[in-house]
Amino acid sequence: MSRTPLDTVEHAAATPDVELPWAELGLKKDEYERVVEILGRRPTGAELAMYSVMWSEHCSYKSSKVHLRQFGEKAPESDAMLVGIGENAGVVDVGQGYAVTFKVESHNHPSYVEPYQGAATGVGGIVRDIIAMGARPVAVVDPLRFGAADHPDTKRVLPGVVAGIGGYGNCLGLPNIGGEVVFDACYQGNPLVNAGAIGVMRHEDIHLAKASGAGNKVILYGARTGGDGIGGASILASETFDDAKPSKRPAVQVGDPFQEKLLIECTLEAFREKLVVGIQDLGAAGLSCATSELASNGSGGMRVTLDDVPLRDSTLSPEEILMSESQERMCAVVEPEKVDRFLEICDKWDVIATVIGEVTDGDRLEIYWHGGKIVDVDPRTVAHEGPVYERPYARPSWQDELQADDANKLPRPETSEELKDQVLKLVGSPNQASKSWITSQYDHFVQGNTVLAQPEDSGMIRIDEETDLGVAIATDGNGRYAKLDPYHGAQLALAEAYRNVATTGARPLAVSDCLNFGSPEDPAVMWQFAEAVRGLADACQQLGTPVTGGNVSLYNQTGEAAIHPTPVVAVLGVIDDVARRTPVAFQEEGQLLYLLGDTREEFGGSAWSQVVHDHLGGLPPQVDLERERLLAEILISASRDGMIDSAHDLSDGGLIQAVVESALLGGKGARLIVPDGLDAFTFLFSESAGRAVVAVPRSEEVRFNDMCGARGLPVTRIGVVDGDTVDVQGEFALPLSELRETHEGTIPALLK
Amino acid sequence: MTARIGVVTFPGSLDDRDTQRAIRVAGAEPVALWHKDKDLKQVDAVVLCGGFSYGDYLRAGAIARFSPVMEPLLEQAKAGLPVLGICNGFQILTEAHLLPGTMLRNNHLHFICRDQKLRVENAETAWTTDYAAGQEIHIPLKNNDGQYVADERTLDELEAEGRVAFRYVDFNPNGSQRDIAGVSNEAGNVVGLMPHPEHAVEPLIGTGRTDGLPFFTSILKKLVNA
Repeated sequence: MSRTPLDTVEHAAATPDVELPWAELGLKKDEYERVVEILGRRPTGAELAMYSVMWSEHCSYKSSKVHLRQFGEKAPESDAMLVGIGENAGVVDVGQGYAVTFKVESHNHPSYVEPYQGAATGVGGIVRDIIAMGARPVAVVDPLRFGAADHPDTKRVLPGVVAGIGGYGNCLGLPNIGGEVVFDACYQGNPLVNAGAIGVMRHEDIHLAKASGAGNKVILYGARTGGDGIGGASILASETFDDAKPSKRPAVQVGDPFQEKLLIECTLEAFREKLVVGIQDLGAAGLSCATSELASNGSGGMRVTLDDVPLRDSTLSPEEILMSESQERMCAVVEPEKVDRFLEICDKWDVIATVIGEVTDGDRLEIYWHGGKIVDVDPRTVAHEGPVYERPYARPSWQDELQADDANKLPRPETSEELKDQVLKLVGSPNQASKSWITSQYDHFVQGNTVLAQPEDSGMIRIDEETDLGVAIATDGNGRYAKLDPYHGAQLALAEAYRNVATTGARPLAVSDCLNFGSPEDPAVMWQFAEAVRGLADACQQLGTPVTGGNVSLYNQTGEAAIHPTPVVAVLGVIDDVARRTPVAFQEEGQLLYLLGDTREEFGGSAWSQVVHDHLGGLPPQVDLERERLLAEILISASRDGMIDSAHDLSDGGLIQAVVESALLGGKGARLIVPDGLDAFTFLFSESAGRAVVAVPRSEEVRFNDMCGARGLPVTRIGVVDGDTVDVQGEFALPLSELRETHEGTIPALLK
Repeated sequence: MTARIGVVTFPGSLDDRDTQRAIRVAGAEPVALWHKDKDLKQVDAVVLCGGFSYGDYLRAGAIARFSPVMEPLLEQAKAGLPVLGICNGFQILTEAHLLPGTMLRNNHLHFICRDQKLRVENAETAWTTDYAAGQEIHIPLKNNDGQYVADERTLDELEAEGRVAFRYVDFNPNGSQRDIAGVSNEAGNVVGLMPHPEHAVEPLIGTGRTDGLPFFTSILKKLVNA
């Protein structure tokens, strides 16, 4: 026991002049004053702890909220949306009585400080969000961004992050089916570790985070609470790194995937027996978040006895218990007569479960410690009524100059030999090279429902063994495009993910996003953010794919240097029969290759401009969302009706990158003919959006062409699947063996 | 009459439902066994599936080996009950000394997931009669601790007695001695291997091959014809 008196509500009222460490906890002066105003007195230490974490950028979205509203305001009409923004994760209807929940989140800052645990607990957190909706998690995806591939620190961060994702996800039994890996010097001190997860449930099993029904018990279950991760949300995720400050490693949580696996099984068993009224996972801001959100979303108040929280470290203060971000914990609200059964199930799975409080008929959240009341707040003021900032934003002064530095004017290859060399350079560059060194460290097969996994255009999971109903997910986000034009860059991220889902034969349904940006206190960054959100909201509206939820990660910058604005967009799709899916790999020699869409001279932000000229300037490719929609319809119809045997979307690296990937995966070459009206360079390297390459069996040629013609999609025959070279007629022929060596050798060589 | 094949779920087991599915696809009846069960519910055979039992803390399979269900399993396996250990299940069987040798961490120190080529060296065990000896098959492999090791004498014995049931072909993914992917006991009723046949039973799923199905049809035929 400490000798100082317990800082109870009574004590706080009696000692108004006590100085509290609000600044150390990350609160601004006016924010602290607002807390005092809400309470009508100074907060207790415990209350201050709660407000400081819940009002942090990470938890309150105080800088981003005013912009994020557009996702709701511009949301397209969609019958598929069952649960929207604001819950642990959004839920969409995929038919046959199934609902799918999915979300992408960031764990960027912790993963830089401690790559293995940062990335591991990122997976853990997103998976608990999925369970909290009532769903069984069925897959994860990991969009990653690292600094320059050859930078020494990348060798520290990348292997740790990959091992952490694998170590945690593999142990949970979740197939890792997608994501991306991108290298760029702008992420040197701020790698992006985003994690996405998908869960499946029946409609009637959807659960929400709310505590209703006076007398219902609040049960904390899972791992014991320790001193790890204290201030993770407020200190780590809501500030820029600064060399002058002490190491933040203790603010990173440590994961135990075995405990999480037990938590999944035990939670799902409790759901099956209908034992749970409301549920919330403990992630950022730990118990502060879980209690205040459960209470504020329900009909009553809540009373919690903090002494009952099982501890890993008995010396923790109540403030620390409230702020701890120890992993693998959940909070359930259970009717009194069902508590025994709930505890029995936890016991079966060797999961510690403790009743720590109950729902009251008042409207206050009250927390007790050693008999004294240390928290007495309106939970809504903690969870939902945090500060909202209208941060100033302005188009940066350098934007015009950047856009004027036109990549289309860069010197192009003049001979066939030079063209060939640049193709090799491209497919062997770190960003375009095979990522199998990374993805082979993830289990793709577990659960036995994986239809497609990376490097396919989207990951695909069968969700019903009888009907073969499936879902697909793709994530994309090109930071180079977004840097050149955040509005269209965000739209291109959506367009690419949407296209990737359709390329595999699935119908795009809904969107989740993870918006990674620099400091919101910099007006230029704030402008990038505002533009990206506006662009994404407009595009979602036009494509009819609502945003169901997501995450914002700000302060991704070191000193003055912010990362490229990186909106990562995940699109979820549905496919009625997974047997109809379209893979990337060429299947059979003799099949005809068709290019769908229009190819223009568009090299701004392109992989070619980066690899060959180390250049970033000009404008990103044009966005034509109506064209994207038409292309998607054609790809889905062609897949359903068996008109195409393989398909690959065209994005970074252009046509040649796509053809090389399809050829290497299928072990079959291609003969390509440069179409009339295009030069070989533009044909191979342009990154015009709204395009895909498909392989059509000869028997389907007429039908396929008729369909494209009737619907008005430009279609160009560009060659045939053939041989063991990629042969661009009249230019060069590259043996598959050489392409394979180049494409597959880069990443292992860099990381060995 | 079909055969009833038990699949044990330990805390941390991952492929239990997949294994049950594979048993169903082969035409047998899967029976869920819980690690705290004290009897085997009169099943005709048992599969110990993959995963990270007890988080693989301490050592892969080392804690699961002491679960209550292992007592009747050990007793009946010694009396001839067919038992298949896949990945973590193989590790548990070596920890329980039903199979010789042990598994170390992969020699490259990374988890590895790939479509692995194997050769069936022994097509006469309870779980391999639907293969031909020498047949090459592709089965997914995914593990962190898959490096099979044993002392030279044990390895020589295994070779001499035809108890090396499977060998890696073209690429040794984990540094296993003599490319060993799976072994059997003397009687041939207990088999363990690192790759995952239960992930290769449906043409649409995983690698698109069904090379793992004969494990389950082999045992079904044996049990039904018995």
